[in-house]
Amino acid sequence: MYLRSGAEANVSLKGGFVVKERIPKRYRVQELDERIRKERTRAEARLMSEARRCGVATPIIHDIYDFTIEMEFIDGKPLKYMVDADRCELVGEVIGRLHSGGIIHGDLTTSNMIVKDDRIYLIDFGLAFVDSSVESRGVDVHVLFQTFESTHTNYEDLIEAFCRGYRRKLDKADDVLLRIKEIEKRGRYA
Amino acid sequence: MTTVLGIEGTAWNLSAAIVNEDDVIAEVTETYRPATGGIHPREAAQHHAMYASAVIERLLKEFRGKGHHPQDIDAIAFSQGPGLGACLRTVATSARALAMSLDVPLVGVNHCIAHIEIGRWKTPANDPVVLYVSGGNSQVLAHRAGKYRIFGETLDIGIGNALDKFARGAGLSHPGGPKIEEYAKEATGYVRLPYVVKGMDFSFSGLSTAAKDALKSSSLEDVCYSFQENAFAMLVEVTERALAHTGKNEVLLAGGVGANMRLREMLDVMCDDRGAQFYVPEKRFMGDNGAMIAYTGLLMFKSGTTTPIENSHVDPSFRPDTVDVTWIADKHQEVL
Repeated sequence: MYLRSGAEANVSLKGGFVVKERIPKRYRVQELDERIRKERTRAEARLMSEARRCGVATPIIHDIYDFTIEMEFIDGKPLKYMVDADRCELVGEVIGRLHSGGIIHGDLTTSNMIVKDDRIYLIDFGLAFVDSSVESRGVDVHVLFQTFESTHTNYEDLIEAFCRGYRRKLDKADDVLLRIKEIEKRGRYA
Repeated sequence: MTTVLGIEGTAWNLSAAIVNEDDVIAEVTETYRPATGGIHPREAAQHHAMYASAVIERLLKEFRGKGHHPQDIDAIAFSQGPGLGACLRTVATSARALAMSLDVPLVGVNHCIAHIEIGRWKTPANDPVVLYVSGGNSQVLAHRAGKYRIFGETLDIGIGNALDKFARGAGLSHPGGPKIEEYAKEATGYVRLPYVVKGMDFSFSGLSTAAKDALKSSSLEDVCYSFQENAFAMLVEVTERALAHTGKNEVLLAGGVGANMRLREMLDVMCDDRGAQFYVPEKRFMGDNGAMIAYTGLLMFKSGTTTPIENSHVDPSFRPDTVDVTWIADKHQEVL
């Protein structure tokens, strides 16, 4: 069984449900802190349900209050511990579907994907938003590629596998993949 | 004992230093200060060209004065990038000439990595998540599998540039960061501004523009305060995510914007709540300095890395994650 206390939220199992509570950050001024936590809690619940309608596996929401979401428990393993090219291809399909549905996840990492019965469940929609631009899709995938690069040695194969799946489920996927090259070049001193 | 002379000059600061394993032996700095506005790349390069030989001369004099001899120098290190092209080329030219005249190898150093290594040298930090914040650079890095990996970075401009850009719009003189920090202390309220974190990356240009607009309806003090609160919270949030993701338990602050006391306070609180250690080098090692280039050059030289003259061309967008970190053994983070 896998539950965690991440950087942002405490996640616990209560009465068979996953309870995710966004914790206050003392380093942030209170007004900003509460705004961020409230916005992210609401957005997360809304977009998780929205994503499922696009054919992306996500936990079903049970309840939502203040800074807390109660949701279905997915009894699987984070992709982080079982990354391989086949699963990355599957991830490509999942993200392709999500992006086709106009949703940006905003925090795509291999810790935010749960593998169960050969399905990939997407979790942690706290930074998700609605957008269909090439730019936002590019940043979304770029963030994921960065996790591949920073935590997996054979990242080139993983990226290639992802692209195969992504192209299958998203029209004009190549525009996004091309944009990523441009995004990588930005944010530098030149 | 290994002795390395290093020259830094990626932007506004021309600085040369000689170090060995124990300490900085000598350091001489000449800073370019624009009469008005921000850094003008060509003027900065002309400044560096004008002072380069005098800086080296004074450095060697100081070195001799402490009982050393130029023949003791084992290698010449220089900042190869990232930075302003014209400035980098000026410094590289001086470094090549010096290496040839002393007949010692040249070592091209990545400026970002030098900020990290001087921090690891001058604080107890061993295997930290690094928040590197300066005018042009804003990155969250950590060592893994032989490289300094970038876990998050700015999608547009560096935090220092964002502060300066807003400061110029508000009529404050360059550099704007310290002035914003002062005004922020006099604030009486918080103004709502954009907060843009996309996964592990962040963006500042929208914040800069929104802050400028906010001046129409709020006081300069309140906008300065709110700008800092939002911008720094974004940086601290991503640093915290990197800690959680990597499982590391140290944070090292690097770069000129690290002088900001509010940023330090926020990082300190975050680390405290997570049970992580927070390290900040003393101020002279935070901004751009020659010692960090010399020391990183020393680490590279000792682990067998030198830069042949024909490969010593500068790279204005030199990525830290392309450098093989030959001086850190992977399993345990000890300096070789």
